[in-house]
Amino acid sequence: MEVDSVFYTDRSGRVASNPLLDQLPSYQSLLYRRKSSTSTNKRKGSTRTRLSSSGSGKWGGSTVRRQDEKQKAQTEQRPIRELAKTMAEKRRNKTQQLEEARDLSSWRQWKQNTRRNLRKLRDDAKDWLSSLQLWRGDIHMIEGMFGTGILSYFSFLRFLVMLNLIIFLLMFGFVMLPIIIASHSSGNTTYNQNDGSVCSVYPSSARRGLVIYHEHITDLLSGGGFLEQTYLFYGYYKVDKIFFSNATYNLPLAYLLATIAYLFLSLIWIVKRSATGFKRSLVSDEDRFQSFCNKIFAGWDFCITNENAARLKRSSLLYELRTDLEEERIKQKIADRTRKEKCRIYLIRLILNLFVIGVLAGCFYSIYVATIFSQEAQAKYAKGNFIVDLIYEYLPSIVITLANFITPLLFSVIINFEDYSPAFEIRFTLMRCVFMRLTSIGVLLFSLWSQITKCGDDPCICGYNHVLYSCWETRVGQEMYKLTIFDFIIIVAVTIFVEFPRKLIVNHWECGLTKWWGQQEFAIPQNVLEIVYGQTICWIGTFYCPMLPAICTIKYFFIFYIKKVSLINNCRPATRPFRASRSYFFFLGVLLIGLALACLPVAVSVAQINCSQACGPFVNYTTSWEVLTTTVYELPDGVRTLLLTLSSEAFAVSFFVVTCLAMFYVIALAGAHKRVINQLREQLVMEGRDKRFLIQKLCQAQRIPSVKSPVSNSRHRSSSSSSPSYHTSFSNNFNEALFLANSPPDSSTHV
Amino acid sequence: MGNKQTIFTDEQLDAYQDCTFFTRKEILRLHGRYHELAPHLVPMDYTKEPDCNVPLALIVNMPELKENPFRNRIVESFSEDGMGNLSFNEFVDMFSVLSEMAPRELKAIYAFKIYDFNVDNYLCKEDLEKTLNRLTKEELTPEEVELVCEKAIEEADLDGDSKLSFADFENMISRAPDFLSTFHIRI
Repeated sequence: MEVDSVFYTDRSGRVASNPLLDQLPSYQSLLYRRKSSTSTNKRKGSTRTRLSSSGSGKWGGSTVRRQDEKQKAQTEQRPIRELAKTMAEKRRNKTQQLEEARDLSSWRQWKQNTRRNLRKLRDDAKDWLSSLQLWRGDIHMIEGMFGTGILSYFSFLRFLVMLNLIIFLLMFGFVMLPIIIASHSSGNTTYNQNDGSVCSVYPSSARRGLVIYHEHITDLLSGGGFLEQTYLFYGYYKVDKIFFSNATYNLPLAYLLATIAYLFLSLIWIVKRSATGFKRSLVSDEDRFQSFCNKIFAGWDFCITNENAARLKRSSLLYELRTDLEEERIKQKIADRTRKEKCRIYLIRLILNLFVIGVLAGCFYSIYVATIFSQEAQAKYAKGNFIVDLIYEYLPSIVITLANFITPLLFSVIINFEDYSPAFEIRFTLMRCVFMRLTSIGVLLFSLWSQITKCGDDPCICGYNHVLYSCWETRVGQEMYKLTIFDFIIIVAVTIFVEFPRKLIVNHWECGLTKWWGQQEFAIPQNVLEIVYGQTICWIGTFYCPMLPAICTIKYFFIFYIKKVSLINNCRPATRPFRASRSYFFFLGVLLIGLALACLPVAVSVAQINCSQACGPFVNYTTSWEVLTTTVYELPDGVRTLLLTLSSEAFAVSFFVVTCLAMFYVIALAGAHKRVINQLREQLVMEGRDKRFLIQKLCQAQRIPSVKSPVSNSRHRSSSSSSPSYHTSFSNNFNEALFLANSPPDSSTHV
Repeated sequence: MGNKQTIFTDEQLDAYQDCTFFTRKEILRLHGRYHELAPHLVPMDYTKEPDCNVPLALIVNMPELKENPFRNRIVESFSEDGMGNLSFNEFVDMFSVLSEMAPRELKAIYAFKIYDFNVDNYLCKEDLEKTLNRLTKEELTPEEVELVCEKAIEEADLDGDSKLSFADFENMISRAPDFLSTFHIRI
């Protein structure tokens, strides 16, 4: 590279400061204070920007003052604390502001004061609210020890605890509380009547006679027996209407609306939470996201206070950088692939994908078979061995957990043969695992429904199989309850019986096998999938088991402490680090997929399948959705016509068209912005080049002592003497002189 | 409210609250931390604005900074004499900029200062190499270091001078998704 005449270095290698460069506004905002500038601090009541010790003092006191005033005008619009100045300067700013404020009218003073006080109030409120946050100290400690990647998992867990609590309060407030109030106050309640038809026969499942203690445990774990006739399950809510002194409370309507409300609330809360992360990830490109700059300048977690954690962070950064270099190399290799190699790779990928689909189909089929077997085994009431009973009850859960344990291992082995880039490998494996986890719940529900709506060869009289499933919602609720309990048991069991022994073995028994096995890694994606799976079950199950959110709150509460203890004692952070920035998007994205998946079964069962006639609040209606339509028809005329219009096809189609138009507009806007950004970026590059070019010319003009071509010179000189303006002429020919009419005082010595 | 403290006057606390992102309680707590760094140097009574500086060596041993590979540069960027000795004003300023509530632009300015080892207002290749070596404790081979620095400059350099000016740096940081979450110290 040629010697840069603008940024020339002296012998020591340091860039010598160029007096012209120092006066550029973009430089002055950055230069450090040197010792000489402390003398200027003694001056009272003046706002000063940072000035370098060299240069500008002599050149233009007037220009500096003008810049001062412009800066002052700018800074007044921003709060003082956001300025990049020293504390002493900021405090001087503040005293100056106070002095100026005294000159203002009382109205303005009052406005400024209130604005300041409101800001202080808001800060204090924020401080107080954050001190109320759950587990603040624990999360702080985890952040210090393991960094922000794992921290995001725990704050996600905290979010789910709060979400479940709010959902439970919603269901409790609108469904259970009125019943409790009615029984204590003077409200009259009407219950659903048993109309004597064959559909409303509900054999009691309570145990009679002498009950052995372990049958109680079976009941507790499976939600049957004595638990079936409690507020835990849908079947117990037999109230139809509650008559208070001046209002009627329609419980079935409240039940349905509370269900819709909690799904909607979850959606809004998740979207709101993911909005910040999504905006940020839209700004950063897909490729640049893994960029080297991001790792170098934003890679070190300044929060780390633990020596171990620092060591681990260093090694994870090292690993990341090496992986990135490797990825660059692989990208190059992929680009260099021949056609024959490409065909071979595609064939391998096709075969492996078919294999994966086959494995998934096998898992789903086994879940289906297990569910049907379990349902039939329960129906036979073969009260054999206590353990065998439990196994029959929990068979679907066991099969789902086994499938979810084996398939990720299989996927991570298969992906090695498919020859993708490392970043894509991780994402693709994760997608497959997400699909597996969430679809297994869907398969379970599908197999349940196929059982419920199957009545042998004839169509069902009541719309469902009333012989086996006299109260099918309660049965579905029981399955969801069992899944939740089993999930919790598995997490606790794995922690106690797998992770602790693993740590003991690896630490105390040195051999090749243990070294290969290594210490437990806290794999964030797998853990997140686990809790999203639990949350999806909770969303589906709350309609059938209204106290399930409370159970999930308690479950996640304990899981926090279990995971925290396990993390601190057993784990080392994953060698493949999981970036905190990505996690917002990933966690909340997977949660949204879970929510979408949860809405589907609830919607189908509310709208399609006949509700049971023997239990529950919807006895007087064919489907649960009917309560809403009946209420709408009973509303006064105006409101009814409005609601009917809103649900008519004409409105739906026009709303859809308008939404599509809005979407096209927003997409076009985004495209235009991208173009503008590219243009601005190019302009920035050009400005930088222009600046260098101009400064080069100026430096050359300052250094060239004599003018090379006399003829043009004299002509220029004569013309310039009449116009005292600052006049430069640029030409491509470097030999022709460039000179300034009004030269700066310094350069007089150079000419 | 509560007991009256005699460390600062009310105006001083007011000024601190306006000039930093801390509340009164946090400022008093920070004063406590500053005092325990050098109990014989730092007076408890700050109402007269005493002029005392805590040397660099004591500050970088704070638990929050001890494990940070850039601790010396951080303290030097905030010190007025450039040698790393911080007065209380500068101490508070440092943690205010590094707190969660400071905006991205402010943090970017100071991050640029911190990573600029030779204090020439440019992040040249040597600065990047030093940064990388501090981060990884020199466990990358020199070729890898060179390759990484080259790629980083390639990504961020807009005006083509093969070093990063503040404009380049700020543009790159605005697209770095992790910056806000990692560039903060909790105290």
